[in-house]
Amino acid sequence: MMEAAMQGNMAPVKKRQKLHPKEFLMWVFLVSVFMIFAGFTSGYIVRRADGNWVEFVLPVGFLYSTILVVLSSISAQWALIQARKDNLDRVKVGVGITALLGIAFILAQLNAFNQLVEIGMFLVGNPSGSFVYIITGIHALHLVSAIIVMFVIFANVFRYRVHSKNLLGIRLGTIYWHFLGILWIYLYIFLLIMN
Amino acid sequence: MSHNHEHHHDHHQESFISKYIFSMDHKMIAKQYLITGMIMAVVAALLSLLFRLQLGWPEDTFPWLESLLGDWGKGGRLDPNFYLALVTMHGTLMVFFVLTAGLSGTFSNLLIPFQIGARDMASPFMNMLSYWLFFLSSVIMLVSLFVESGPAAAGWTIYPPLSALPQAVPGSGLGMTLWLISMTLFIASSLMGSLNYITTILNMRTVGMKMTRMPLTIWSFLTTSILGVLSFPVLLAAAVLLIFDRSFGTSFYLSDIFIAGEALNRQGGSPILFQHLFWFLGHPEVYIVLMPALGITSEVIATNARKPIFGYRAMVGSLLGISFLSFIVWGHHMFVTGMNPFLGNVFMILTLVIAVPSAVKTFNYLATLWKGNIRFTPAMLFAIGLVSLFISGGLTGIYLGNAALDINLHDTYFVVAHFHLVMGSASMFGMLAGVYHWYPKMFGKLMNEKLGYLHFWLTFAAVYLVFFPMHFMGLDGVPRRYYNFTGFEYMSEWMDLNRFISVSAILGSAAQLIFIWNFFYSIRKGKDAPQNPWNSNTLEWTTPVERIHGNWPGEIPHVHRWPYDYSVPGAPQDFIPQTVKDDDLPETLRAPKVAPAPEHATAEASTTETLLFSRFLNLFGLKRA
Ligand code: HEM
Ligand SMILES: [Cu+2]
Repeated sequence: MMEAAMQGNMAPVKKRQKLHPKEFLMWVFLVSVFMIFAGFTSGYIVRRADGNWVEFVLPVGFLYSTILVVLSSISAQWALIQARKDNLDRVKVGVGITALLGIAFILAQLNAFNQLVEIGMFLVGNPSGSFVYIITGIHALHLVSAIIVMFVIFANVFRYRVHSKNLLGIRLGTIYWHFLGILWIYLYIFLLIMN
Repeated sequence: MSHNHEHHHDHHQESFISKYIFSMDHKMIAKQYLITGMIMAVVAALLSLLFRLQLGWPEDTFPWLESLLGDWGKGGRLDPNFYLALVTMHGTLMVFFVLTAGLSGTFSNLLIPFQIGARDMASPFMNMLSYWLFFLSSVIMLVSLFVESGPAAAGWTIYPPLSALPQAVPGSGLGMTLWLISMTLFIASSLMGSLNYITTILNMRTVGMKMTRMPLTIWSFLTTSILGVLSFPVLLAAAVLLIFDRSFGTSFYLSDIFIAGEALNRQGGSPILFQHLFWFLGHPEVYIVLMPALGITSEVIATNARKPIFGYRAMVGSLLGISFLSFIVWGHHMFVTGMNPFLGNVFMILTLVIAVPSAVKTFNYLATLWKGNIRFTPAMLFAIGLVSLFISGGLTGIYLGNAALDINLHDTYFVVAHFHLVMGSASMFGMLAGVYHWYPKMFGKLMNEKLGYLHFWLTFAAVYLVFFPMHFMGLDGVPRRYYNFTGFEYMSEWMDLNRFISVSAILGSAAQLIFIWNFFYSIRKGKDAPQNPWNSNTLEWTTPVERIHGNWPGEIPHVHRWPYDYSVPGAPQDFIPQTVKDDDLPETLRAPKVAPAPEHATAEASTTETLLFSRFLNLFGLKRA
């Protein structure tokens, strides 16, 4: 009932602002998620400038996960486009592939962690290594939440809840997915430059 | 606009649980925040009385302490470890639970939908979730008071290594863990709240409610929320690193320091890193605490001085300016960490610049009061009290902002005096002003004015008697967070003053009982409030006294003017609510049809110079635009 009552209030606002409030909410949320990583990366810079910092080469495993994350964004966008066109079967395929690529990304990160261990960088030890684990780990946690979102969308497609008239859910999910992808690319380049 | 939803509000009966417990109504959530905040305030005040007892009478024993605190009060003396825990918990509860969640949570929730003309928040569900996370985090924080090893004891700023090494002091163990869990939930709650507030303000204003027509309360809630969204995540990042240091043996903040002759098995960490991360939140946080109080003050002062707020645009501008600056001054808390003097100078200059927007606000308050037709309601007294405290405390900020002076003053009672006046007391006054002013809106009743006056004067006297003398102690080098001063010759002369402060603190706290009694008594027995008890212009007073779901029984009113048309010459009354159309006013008051300028059109300027000059004056609100 509250929702309905509120829509009465929404109508005039629509003219001024195309953005759905929930979508706006999503953007502000993304800003705050970004700030967590801004905290980590600026802490990284401050700490590194202090010296006593073990240098190492970033394992190639992180490159693989970067490729996976780019691919997953493409499939996520493709699914959204298909939803606009009401090609529900293709939406299912797109969302499914995105979720699977997300899982592959997580596995690729674990693989990269292994490579870190092989070159002697552990979670416990010099902060230069610990930072990499924390930064990538917290990012991966967010990605897990995004994978869950993709599964929910996937289920909703089967229940005919996702179509050209009802795009909000899939659009928000896709925005979140792209954001985490771009965030990862930022983190990857950051770590690459720093190592 | 579609009005076919008008009658949705008076539908089915609600259960007790959905109405009072898991309510999604912004008005009920506001009350939940207020009551929780009040409980936390009482606890925090009681804790402070315990350590004031220690500071005032360090040599005496109080047998009842042992029966109250058990081991922490053995032999009637407060345990030194517990002293630190008390200071920590007092600060944490007051800063975060009372003045952040209690203040913003109450008034943002109550006023945002009301004053912008919305039926509720953008996401009522998230709003409810935000409260319940806050509740949970409050419970965990309170529970930490009762664990055997005591609550966290590293100060409200939880600097490592005290916070990072579980074996450091008793409170560094389970107490600190609970602190971190509680604060993590708190941050989540605060973020949800802020997301909701920002979205609601920017997306759900009623027809005609332009940004420039929003009451200053709303502006202050907006800037507060923006600060929260940008700074709390950084505290979360700091906390994550701390948790890993504590529980998984990483070395972000810890290095191979020596403890009892043994080197710690860590490498390469830096406690200064924590300070950077903490104060990147910490400084904005002090404005998160203050700005809602300033917004409330603007509203209360304009309404009760029966004058338009002086320099509306300058007020908005200084809120934005303060918000922006507050992100680049955190280094002023770290002058003595051995930072590069050049960097220190940068932080110093930026810090001193903050004094400009702060002064603009102060002058605008004074100018609004100037020649006003002032009604001294209790709310108004508290608002004026805030202005006084803001001046007294803000001035000392300028001393502390000078790196050279701060090297002497850092970690002394001067700092304690500074932030208790400008943050603690000023924000608390803002909150009390808000409660007195919007009580009729929350409960449909009026509070007792006489008791309000009594409460104000006792509180006002108490905060100055308690905090002002602390400046002198600080100038003499008396350090903060010391268990007792009897061991230091040069501090012995402050013994009597300490006792005086403690007595004032006890009396001042007792005065709060008047408020608490007035608050709860008036809910049941107070006089019924009229719809618009203060003859105010803002939209919340157009809603019925009986606080219904959806706020307005019919359609949401449209807005035709800014909220500060008080004492407009020629108007039928001394206030023109925001809902009044120009056409309903006497001919002389209608805005010229040609130039649809804002309510108070810029004065015509004949030449470019005068135009530029008047723009310049406008910038500082010196000429009412
Ligand atoms: C003119 C404006 C202000 C200036 C220049 C200023 C400057 C400073 C400086 C330099 C310190 C660090 C002192 C030290 O630890 O050595 C400080 C501490 C503090 N200030 Fe301010 N301040 C100003 C206004 C405010 C306001 C408006 C608030 C809050 C509403 C505030 C809250 C605090 C708090 C809480 C601390 C102490 C934190 C702690 O160490 O526990 N200040 N201020
Ligand atoms: Cu500060």
